Amino acid sequence: MRLNYPTNVKVVKVPCTGRVDILLILKAFESGVDGVYLAGCLEGECHFLRGNLRAKKRVQYVKALLDEVGLGGGRVEMYNMSSAQGQRFAEVAREMTEKIRALGPSPVKKKVK
Amino acid sequence: MIVANRKPLEEILGMLKPYKKVLLLGCNECVTVCATGGEREVGVLASEVRLSRAKEGQEIEIKEQTIERQCDHEYIDQVRPFVGEYEVILSMACGAGIQYVAEKYRTKPVLPAVNTTFLGVTLEQGVWSERCQGCGTCLLDQTGGICPIARCAKSLLNGPCGGSSNGKCEVDKELDCGWQLIIDRLKELNQLDKYEEIIPIKDWTSARDGGPRKRIREDLKL
Repeated sequence: MRLNYPTNVKVVKVPCTGRVDILLILKAFESGVDGVYLAGCLEGECHFLRGNLRAKKRVQYVKALLDEVGLGGGRVEMYNMSSAQGQRFAEVAREMTEKIRALGPSPVKKKVK
Repeated sequence: MIVANRKPLEEILGMLKPYKKVLLLGCNECVTVCATGGEREVGVLASEVRLSRAKEGQEIEIKEQTIERQCDHEYIDQVRPFVGEYEVILSMACGAGIQYVAEKYRTKPVLPAVNTTFLGVTLEQGVWSERCQGCGTCLLDQTGGICPIARCAKSLLNGPCGGSSNGKCEVDKELDCGWQLIIDRLKELNQLDKYEEIIPIKDWTSARDGGPRKRIREDLKL
């Protein structure tokens, strides 16, 4: 399809979004990222049955944590798409990039030791 | 198990304000099972505190350590080699663990990161419920295995009261009436005759009213 998506989006591959632990997301913020989004399979189509639904709940939990910390829960999102939806993948990457750009850089950028 | 709740981050940050080197101490027992103060929660809290401090441009060093139990001195001793390097200990154990750590390291301030709440069970993953208040005189044999002290909002020994309606307690519409549960269970056990027996006034000296309690088994002492 040769689709383009913003180069600032770095892909971290996991076997299933169910693998994404709360700590993994927090560590990403500690390392200075401005936002994190999870691209999971469509709801009801998880190969591991509930991985993407677990991830969705964890994202909600991290949103609350980020609000508590003061970074803002909007910096983390959950998206669902199938592996055949390349178009959607690129669209989400642009959407999230614009959203995070509007929020501005993370206030903890490069400050955490 | 002992069930606790994590304190709000704001309160924890307030307690940590004067400190820059913190030993964050988790406990591998009850608070791990109720997902409040085990290794994972230590990681999450440490991360939250680091992010908050970084946001304010303030430095903080947090050593994350989780020991088997904070209510046994053998395990508390495991942090002795490096406890001196930190200004303060932030404990995620229950109130007993926090106090025992404070007793063992007398020159070190020990702060609580959790509010210890009750003795309870896991209803389902992520849901815990109170079952026991440690009153010291168990009467579960008379009440069908359901505790009126812990399950009845008024801890009535001969219930239910007039606040019981359709099996629910007047304190909360979602809360089961403890005495309704007891009656239903006694019916199932065919032991309703036990409900006829009046439970006499309870001797509360075995509970907290008799002051802090202690248990000794002479044969086990070294």
